[in-house]
Amino acid sequence: MSLTLAVGDLTPLLVIVAYLALLIVLGLVSARFFRGTAADYFVVSRSVGSFLMLMSIFGTTMTGFALVGSTGKAYSTGIGVYGLMASWSGLIHSACFFLIGIRLWAVGKRHGYLTQCEYFRERFNSPALGYILFPILVALVIPYLLVGVIGAGKAIQPITSGTFPDLFPVLRPDGTPNPALHGGVPPWLGMGVICFIVLFYVLFGGLRGAVWANTFQTLVFMITGVVAFYMIASKLGGLTAASEAVAAHERAATRLAREGMIGRAQFFTYCFIPLSVGMFPHLFQHWLTAKSAKAFRLTVVAHPVCIAIVWLPCIMIGVWAAAALNPPAADANTVLGRMVATFVHQPWLSGLLGAGILAAIMSSLDSQFMCIGTMFTRDVVLRITGPDRFTDGQKVWIGRGFIFGIVVLSYLLALVLQTGTHVFDLGVWCFSGFASLFPLVFAAVYWKRATKAGAIAGVLVTAVVWIIMFTLDMIAKADRPPGQDDETLVFGAVMPVTVIFLASAAALIVVSLLTPPPSRATLDKFFDPAESN
Amino acid sequence: MSGTKRSNAWRLVWIGAAALFILHQDFWFWNDRSLVLGFLPAGLAYHAAYSIAAALLWLAAVKFAWPSHIEQWADAGASDSRTKRGGRS
Repeated sequence: MSLTLAVGDLTPLLVIVAYLALLIVLGLVSARFFRGTAADYFVVSRSVGSFLMLMSIFGTTMTGFALVGSTGKAYSTGIGVYGLMASWSGLIHSACFFLIGIRLWAVGKRHGYLTQCEYFRERFNSPALGYILFPILVALVIPYLLVGVIGAGKAIQPITSGTFPDLFPVLRPDGTPNPALHGGVPPWLGMGVICFIVLFYVLFGGLRGAVWANTFQTLVFMITGVVAFYMIASKLGGLTAASEAVAAHERAATRLAREGMIGRAQFFTYCFIPLSVGMFPHLFQHWLTAKSAKAFRLTVVAHPVCIAIVWLPCIMIGVWAAAALNPPAADANTVLGRMVATFVHQPWLSGLLGAGILAAIMSSLDSQFMCIGTMFTRDVVLRITGPDRFTDGQKVWIGRGFIFGIVVLSYLLALVLQTGTHVFDLGVWCFSGFASLFPLVFAAVYWKRATKAGAIAGVLVTAVVWIIMFTLDMIAKADRPPGQDDETLVFGAVMPVTVIFLASAAALIVVSLLTPPPSRATLDKFFDPAESN
Repeated sequence: MSGTKRSNAWRLVWIGAAALFILHQDFWFWNDRSLVLGFLPAGLAYHAAYSIAAALLWLAAVKFAWPSHIEQWADAGASDSRTKRGGRS
């Protein structure tokens, strides 16, 4: 007896598979450059140059939201999304790289730090600060990481819909196929494959594998947005015709401005969110990989331009979609996929779009897996056993073990949380948490009067205020379906991060001023005497 | 670059950053639906130019306010610190 399965157009799936295969090859090649030391595995022997630095940091800060979410947000709230998220980030991310990143690279190189906890513990001469900070950082990274895993699984299914109708049927309640998802690779499988691929190149190549993969992936998702923009614009009759159609459309025309779409206070207070890059543990680790301080230069200058290259095309596609899509999209996150499917009719572009979305997601995931593995190895195991208990090679294997465990745990959590939770809203809350810890890193780098007690107070107040506001938000949206708009993320017209950030900064400053200043020895260790000249 | 020149450059960069910070709140384009170059909404064109201005600001910072001493400071203490920390790096 033979079993025949119906198979649809395989082109999108094959493009995605080819892209994932290239990542495997990159992982294998990067592993051949591994020098066998912990420093090489965790921070690429501090040898990364300008271009790799730019691509890996840009790829790490951009998530799948840069392609899918930006288009969907522009579709629902118009052009203001660019100013809200992209132009603020262009100014503030580069400021963080210039003001914080270079200093932390220097102090990391001078004293051999690999994790934030190691740095803060010694900067404030307080093991307690390390113990308080570690669970907070891990608790903030894991939901951020889950957003990526779940997003990847959900992105693959619609792009491959129709490929395996017999194997992966998705039916409506009336028994008819759901055309958007029917026959697509299901999320459990998509998430599993993505986790496996990231695990593969991080496990074998360490942070070098992640840096190389990020560079490749960043180029892929930058090219994807531009190609999709060009092809969609052509099919809509050119740039002018596409935009004039929006201006002439009664409902869509509101997307061309911000009035009634975004509040002015919200637009301004969003400036706090990009400060989160100053406290991302995975970005901290990337900063440490720089060959020299000069390796930061290209990143500092080109980052705002790279953001514009990715975001501008997606925002325009989202705005055009408001007039072009009929019927309107019920789920804003499907807008980019629908625009490609409706106007381009090129399966290879659908595949490239899928690869681009996965590239944006995976270029953040790999660094997050890597940093959590590093943190558990350095801040837990070596802290308990002592730095000399294990050889360098053993430390690498401990790190690999933790990375493996974190990937498996993330996959299992993603399986449980993929439906019925507000995990995507949780992503914004993670950013708010990191951003609210920014006063800590800024004070550590620049304020000699900051004290141990002030730092601990700042971290604790951040945690308490964050929990209160998060609980209020969850109560407010308890009856709403998951993934619905984030209106409740605005408290009294401002972003909640404003309140948490100000409370955190106030606690750090007030308590520092009320407690004795740090010792001369501590200041000499962490501040360059040339700075006071 | 001498300390005074770098310090003046720092001040100029800070003034530029503060100006850009304020200019982000472009209330004058808030309700403007006109299209620049026939296709780009005015508010979006403004913020696209803003991104370029941010890149230029940071280019000036890198060129004129670069903390050149920091590299020497990082290198100078690296070997001593690693020795003290039991070879960790």
